[in-house]
Amino acid sequence: MTSENTISRRGLFMKLGILFNGLVATALTVPIVRFLLSSVTRGRASAYLSWVPLGRVNEFPEGETRLATFTNPYVTPTDGKTVDTACWVRRVEGEQFQVFAINCAHLGCPVRWFPQSGLFMCPCHGGAYYRDGSRASGPPERGLFEYPYKVQDGMVTIQAGELPTPGSPTASLFGTKAPCGARDELVSIESKLSASSETNALLRKTKTWA
Amino acid sequence: MGVIGQIGQWFDQRLQLAAPIRDAAEHPVPRNTASWFYVFGSAALTVFLLQLVTGILLALIYVPSASEAWSSLQALNHDVTLGWFIRAMHGWGSNFMVAIVLIHMVQVFLFGAYKFPRELTWIVGVFLLLMTLGMAFSGQVLRFDQDAYWGLGIGASIASRVPIAGPIIVKLMLGGPIIAGATLSRFFALHVFVIPGMLIGFVCLHLLMVLKLGINEWPMPGRLVKRATYEDEYHQLTRKDGAPFVPYAVWKDLFFAAFILLAVAACALYFGPFGPTGRPDPTIIQTAPKPDYFFLWLYGLLSYLPPSMETPALLIGPVVVIAFLVLLPFLSGEGEKSWRRRPIAVLTVLLIAIILGTLTHLAGYTPWSPHMNAWSGDPVPEQFLHGRTALERQGALVLQVKQCRNCHSLGDLGGQRGPALDSVAVRLTQDQLIRQVIQGGGNMPAYGKNLSPAETTALVAFLETLHPRGQAPARDAARDLALGEDKNQRQGAQR
Repeated sequence: MTSENTISRRGLFMKLGILFNGLVATALTVPIVRFLLSSVTRGRASAYLSWVPLGRVNEFPEGETRLATFTNPYVTPTDGKTVDTACWVRRVEGEQFQVFAINCAHLGCPVRWFPQSGLFMCPCHGGAYYRDGSRASGPPERGLFEYPYKVQDGMVTIQAGELPTPGSPTASLFGTKAPCGARDELVSIESKLSASSETNALLRKTKTWA
Repeated sequence: MGVIGQIGQWFDQRLQLAAPIRDAAEHPVPRNTASWFYVFGSAALTVFLLQLVTGILLALIYVPSASEAWSSLQALNHDVTLGWFIRAMHGWGSNFMVAIVLIHMVQVFLFGAYKFPRELTWIVGVFLLLMTLGMAFSGQVLRFDQDAYWGLGIGASIASRVPIAGPIIVKLMLGGPIIAGATLSRFFALHVFVIPGMLIGFVCLHLLMVLKLGINEWPMPGRLVKRATYEDEYHQLTRKDGAPFVPYAVWKDLFFAAFILLAVAACALYFGPFGPTGRPDPTIIQTAPKPDYFFLWLYGLLSYLPPSMETPALLIGPVVVIAFLVLLPFLSGEGEKSWRRRPIAVLTVLLIAIILGTLTHLAGYTPWSPHMNAWSGDPVPEQFLHGRTALERQGALVLQVKQCRNCHSLGDLGGQRGPALDSVAVRLTQDQLIRQVIQGGGNMPAYGKNLSPAETTALVAFLETLHPRGQAPARDAARDLALGEDKNQRQGAQR
């Protein structure tokens, strides 16, 4: 009965059975994949990001950099302490701020601020940043991540909600700095040139090398 | 026939497993493979079984929730009877498993066992290694402490560098926008269900192939593998010079397996469990996260790669290594097996071992990390302050206060990120010191903005005194001509 160009009843049913299973599997794939990708799709169009208050403006003295903490806007019931996030707030002057992510732009370790030397230092791989967040030395390829901020009703508010990583789409929100604050430094050296009496002659030579 | 025999027969009539098990146990192996070099595979399997058992025991108490995991580990360590011991066994078991799998792999590589017809056994083994490393990393995440939290941040930062797909991978990995509850839950699923399930499947495949293809014979220099003749030769060898695996070879496996279990238990008893370190609270930033032992080499590598090399090395490196390992049996599937005639193979193993060993050793004391407390904790050693002028001592103060010591050591105290300053005056002239301090360079930040002219002067005056007794500090001869002899310098040279 089963020659090459005929098909048996059972053979047909087996093929139909396979086809049926394939259709059901395809149909089930859709919800499974959507479930798996939910953490990605939910984040589309910066849905994770919100404006979070950090504190009143006068809690941050002018010219100083202070640690501030905020609760991440997107919270699930089992998050515990992990939604509490730290950031560094630099009040440049008046209502001009810089709010830096705690995460090193290299691999995300928590950077610490040293006011005496005006540097952020990372305990992991030795990245260092100047007070304005620009890269000073070490493995980071860029300056610290900066949160967009606004001052509203006397409150410093930042747009946050995502872990800042070197490749995140919000990294552009976090602002990219010139690889190092070299130009600023030279300007400050020049101001020192005129200020220092002791090292005056020496520094003039230094400047020509630089 | 006794009662036990009858019960056994009743089961075997239904299961019909006795004959295949006996065949497998008594399959002939070449006599010279009953060697202590051939025990690592079975040892890896033994430790894997230990991990399964201790892992299930831990799961009886552990809570995979970001808000409770840390406390449940504390309960295991302190409240549950012998909870600390089971945790320690699981932690040390993981270290032993990675080590034994690596040793097994090196042995197989050096003995040419990956060659025809055992290519697929090797490839499955490569995936077993990757899964073992996956278990080691995900296990570290389940120990949900500060190291785990920031370790995830490092993982996310690396993943985010993948072009285009980076941000998607990060959100898939974290289960949300930040490291939080969903992150721990999905690593729990990976560590407890997904990877172990795959491991069990792949281990069965691996063992099946060892049984079907026979254990690799002891490699003899000059006995070349040829696809056409190898299988006949192997069967001849096992017929002529073979012995049943049980009991001829198995006793060594048994002894070594017991020894390894004992070693894991001894380490667990003596050293105790790993962590957990501090609470996974991201607002506690006074932390210097460190990976577990088997990822320390990566920590070192990430510190030494130049910034521009890092992303390509991180993204392309693993692909190249894995591709090479998978393709190895196809690149040299025939020919010489003995390591005595494969110098490049031996040198490659040595080179990789030395690189990994060195990076691991360095990561033990992280010379690349600033010592965050050196500026306030490590005073300037006394000998550098004796007989110094007021200005120079003021400079020593500047050195401390400006956190220079976080990266520079004096008398072996302080960070090692930058060069030791004990004899810096021999290396740099006064001009160069000033330039280096103010403008930075190399790996040093510029301090121009953060030092007043007076502070710079004092600091440099102190740095100029840092030279061994009887060794003059470096000086710029042209400078003397241009500016006239400098009294300070002369004094410095005399001191």
